[in-house]
Amino acid sequence: MTDYPSVSFEDRMERTEFRVAERAHITVDGDSCRGCTTKACVVACPANLFVPTSDGGILFNYEQCFECGTCYLVCNTEGAITWTYPDGGHGVVFRRT
Amino acid sequence: MTDTDILVVGAGPAGAAAAIAAARSGLRVTLLERGPFPGSKNMYGGVIYGRVLDGIIPRWWEEAPIQRWVTRRATMVLTPTQALTVDFRADAWGEPPYNGATAFRPDFDNWLAGHAVAAGAQLICSTTAVGLLRDDTGAVCGVRTDRPDGDLSARVVIACDGVNSFLAKEAGLYPHTAAEHFTVGVKETIALPRAVIDERFGLRGDHGADYEIIGCTGDIPGGGFLYTNRDTVAVGLVLRLPELAAQSRRPEELLADLKAHPAVQPLIEGGELLEYSAHVIPESGFEMMPELTCDGMVVAGDAAAMCLAAGIWLEGVNFAIGSGIAAGRAAVEAMRLGDTSVVGLAGYRRRVESDFVLTDHRKLAGIPELIMSPRVQRSYPQLAANVVERIFTVTNPVPKPGFGRIVRDELKASGVRLGDLARDAWRGMKGFG
Repeated sequence: MTDYPSVSFEDRMERTEFRVAERAHITVDGDSCRGCTTKACVVACPANLFVPTSDGGILFNYEQCFECGTCYLVCNTEGAITWTYPDGGHGVVFRRT
Repeated sequence: MTDTDILVVGAGPAGAAAAIAAARSGLRVTLLERGPFPGSKNMYGGVIYGRVLDGIIPRWWEEAPIQRWVTRRATMVLTPTQALTVDFRADAWGEPPYNGATAFRPDFDNWLAGHAVAAGAQLICSTTAVGLLRDDTGAVCGVRTDRPDGDLSARVVIACDGVNSFLAKEAGLYPHTAAEHFTVGVKETIALPRAVIDERFGLRGDHGADYEIIGCTGDIPGGGFLYTNRDTVAVGLVLRLPELAAQSRRPEELLADLKAHPAVQPLIEGGELLEYSAHVIPESGFEMMPELTCDGMVVAGDAAAMCLAAGIWLEGVNFAIGSGIAAGRAAVEAMRLGDTSVVGLAGYRRRVESDFVLTDHRKLAGIPELIMSPRVQRSYPQLAANVVERIFTVTNPVPKPGFGRIVRDELKASGVRLGDLARDAWRGMKGFG
């Protein structure tokens, strides 16, 4: 299958503007994640915000979030991901979408 | 006295249209937007069908911030090594009143919200609605916001807060939140010189092209799109959530496959990625629609799953605007009646039932599911491509086989059962016929 040599993921995300809020609008309950075998958020999040850790948990960041909602919709562990909108004026700012 | 008469949450196309319709009545209208400006949170898969604006902004096409007018509309059926394209052009679509347009949503939505302000609505940006206010009867009577002292009371709330609508969920209107009803769209906006776009897509002036693509998402139900702006091309995928989550390849990797397909790659080659974006889409249409009304509140646009994903018709902005206009007018009517309960707000449902919004959705109710079925996603594209390849492959010195023979052979090879084919055709006819 094709790999993606031309633009690194980091570079890809830098092309989109994010006004990062102080408050994290995503929280993840580590204990729920450690019991989760599918970790659907890891593959599905378009911004690649969820990274599995060696102890079976999830490391996440909220800074470059598209605010799409995919993570909580695919999460099959009730209450593991708490997702709200970022505080007003913050978060993603699309320009040419 | 309430802070405002009608409070519209979300200044996307549904909210802006609702605010325009409501503010023109002279009532006090507030339009709340969580982004720094209207449209800043919004992206889409390519075409705005603007005729729905005729009734609220005459000659809208003279002022709307449009990138290109779509005069070339293609449907592409892909297999990993084949492409079968139905490519239609109509010069008439390049002249008023036009048909479809491409635009940057931050421009377009901001422009539409400007009309709400011009009509007298108060636009408040950078403010997130975080919950509903309810009176002692339980009726919605405003929202809490994330501003200090940020309660906003209103006689009617119009929830246009998008596909994740926390307001509709909090009001208990939205039971259909299973992942299978949703897709995620991912999109790259790619810079190319205007002359290169014109040449590659065979376009002139402000004419544009829109390609809808099926068969490009592997085992994940979904599709692709490719369309032209003035000096950018947008290419993207729509992927159904449960199947995306159940496999191992990430959205940008799947999109890279589409970009590398021999039928797509020459169109975008050499372009520079300007912006990457993603958004969730309410895919199931009529099957997933929430209750549209409760005491003190109506729901419109993506928040009410008004997006139409019916294969050959992929429309959302027009349905958002149509439902927004209906919601705004119904809210005004309820105010005048002095009854903003679910009974007084019943005009909303009546309006969307009688125009295209629910008429189209109801008629096409079974189509999104049919489009997402494995046969339509994979078997039929492969079958169609193989049949066409056989027809156009010259087999000299062997004489040409007849079409009937080719279709029989390929149908057998595809494993598609005639009964299933007939059932799918029947379901298709019911929706499209």
